[in-house]
Amino acid sequence: MQNKEVLLEVKGLKKYFPIKHGFLGRKTKYVKAVDGIDFKVYKGETLGLVGESGCGKSTTGRTIIRLYDVTEGEVIFDGTDISDLSQRELLPFRKKMQMIFQDPYASLNTRMTVADIIGEPLDIHGIASGEARKNRINELLKTVGLTTDHASRYPHEFSGGQRQRIGIARALAVNPEFIICDEPISALDVSIQAQVVNMLDDLQKNMGLTYLFIAHDLSMVKYISDRIAVMYLGKIVEIGEADRLYNHPEHPYTQALLSAVPIPDPDLTRELAKDRVILEGDVPSPLNPPSGCRFRTRCQYAKPICSEEMPELQDIGGEHQVACHFTGKLIK
Amino acid sequence: MKEKIIEVNNLQTSFYTHLGEVQAVRGVSFNVAKGEVLGIVGESGSGKSVTSMSIMKLVSYPGKIKSGEILFRGEDLAKKTDKEMLSVRGDKISMIFQDPMTSLNPVYTIGNQIIEAIIRHQNVGKDEAREKAIEMLKLVGIPSPEERIDNYPHEFSGGMRQRAMIAIALSCEPDLLIADEPTTALDVTIQAQIMELLKELKNKVDTSIILITHDLGVVADTCDKIIVMYGGLVMERGSAQEIFYTPKHPYTMGLMKSIPRLDAGDDGRLIPIPGTPPDLIKPPTGCPFSARCPYAMKICTQEMPGYTKFGEGNEAACWLLHKDAPEVEVDTGVVRGDVNAK
Repeated sequence: MQNKEVLLEVKGLKKYFPIKHGFLGRKTKYVKAVDGIDFKVYKGETLGLVGESGCGKSTTGRTIIRLYDVTEGEVIFDGTDISDLSQRELLPFRKKMQMIFQDPYASLNTRMTVADIIGEPLDIHGIASGEARKNRINELLKTVGLTTDHASRYPHEFSGGQRQRIGIARALAVNPEFIICDEPISALDVSIQAQVVNMLDDLQKNMGLTYLFIAHDLSMVKYISDRIAVMYLGKIVEIGEADRLYNHPEHPYTQALLSAVPIPDPDLTRELAKDRVILEGDVPSPLNPPSGCRFRTRCQYAKPICSEEMPELQDIGGEHQVACHFTGKLIK
Repeated sequence: MKEKIIEVNNLQTSFYTHLGEVQAVRGVSFNVAKGEVLGIVGESGSGKSVTSMSIMKLVSYPGKIKSGEILFRGEDLAKKTDKEMLSVRGDKISMIFQDPMTSLNPVYTIGNQIIEAIIRHQNVGKDEAREKAIEMLKLVGIPSPEERIDNYPHEFSGGMRQRAMIAIALSCEPDLLIADEPTTALDVTIQAQIMELLKELKNKVDTSIILITHDLGVVADTCDKIIVMYGGLVMERGSAQEIFYTPKHPYTMGLMKSIPRLDAGDDGRLIPIPGTPPDLIKPPTGCPFSARCPYAMKICTQEMPGYTKFGEGNEAACWLLHKDAPEVEVDTGVVRGDVNAK
């Protein structure tokens, strides 16, 4: 892992959304969706980003690809900080970074044919036109397991899994290096999820792609990822190699999150349920996050220091980082 | 043998659309005993939700229950009028829906909506109903229920809304609770809270539960019995152990292999089921799974197989199980995990 090349580095990334109050539209409060996160993505790997709704995982993805403007911090892609480039300056980077969205029903324009949806990025970046464009579209359709007959059809004629394939073909059109997959399989049926995940896996192997895979389904994330970062209320609480994180979760939140997932094995899951850590309450509002450690209000180990000081991510060896005051000192 | 709370026999429900008749449920039978949890597993379009809506008789135009019996404590709900159903719904049978935001009325307080259910079905006054509503909110774990009762749904978080829904559903102590994807819209830690709550309530009140979900983890965790639906039909039924460890139907086997396990060592590749579910406007004549089945034979596309029995309440509909079928090597189900291994 050490001598791998870094493709993307995020440093102190923050994204605040203002809430406007009063008739003058004064900005009085901010939703701190992403509040200072650091991580690296290595070339050719899949980094899983997990967390519950509202933890900022999707905002992180959208800010990296500059669908949102960065409030503070750096996004270094292949050596260049893209966090304050203009839209025009961003264009060449848009060819290298693409995104696959969660909802295959909402992310395709219903009035465009499949050929035009996949062809649009080719037009924007001036990659191909005429016969070459048509050939490229057909080639892309085949890559994602569709046929050339599908090119002239409209999105409503496809099932959810097929639409997601169209979305993937569109992302692949510009030959990107890095793809942000924002919950790409959450809207799909169980038997179809595996089809799409396997396809993403094959594409990665064949084309040397790098993924940031955002999802809330821990089993799927663990399956597809090399490393996993766990987010809670705008902060990364733990990041590490996938198997290690699962077998030795250090942060109390990661521990609770993992133990909450029921395993499809009746006898085993019922046995494990006896020691299941059930968190109380809900995630606090990102408008007014708790002082110190964000997780302390739901943490069974919380001590006074947790409300006073924000724990920083600390390396505990083996590329495993944890943000907890009591790392390695918790009695499990 | 415990008393059967509900017995559904050969239920058929169709939707008459301008494209033709959509046969959503094509002959489904099952029963649930007192205090038992039945899981209905299936993909979207398999007919699992329509089955539950049929029990509540909430299938609306252009849908219609074509035939079949829905015996609730011996009484056939299929024959009841809408007016008669009013005293069944919410009182004897309750339902929790997938999306707690759209199933609560945003312009009434949470309290109002619970009190409404209590007054509708029980002979109590307003003050008493309010007391009961507070008690219900406490039971489902809403902190400071005396104050929260006057909140509106938008002031509750997703998990709390689902708890409020459960409070409404349980306020009249129903004999049967139908939970249609109760945790799908929720986060895992909240899902764990809600499932724990349902289990607790089942043990306390002895309510029977029909749990509809596509999450096999949740099913493994909670259900006593499981039916696996596909294309509007029951493909296989059995105990949780039978379905997971010794599945008999290729579709059930396929499902088990297509999901990753959190506790699995890495690198076993997922084995997806190829293709997509059938169109129910023109359902296939034979087995609906035949087009996606790796073992499909000629007869599978021509005729729906009957059920082959394996034991009390364990049966599957597949031609491979017929006595004249060729021997094929099939995969087994989930390998039972070892608790001590972790």
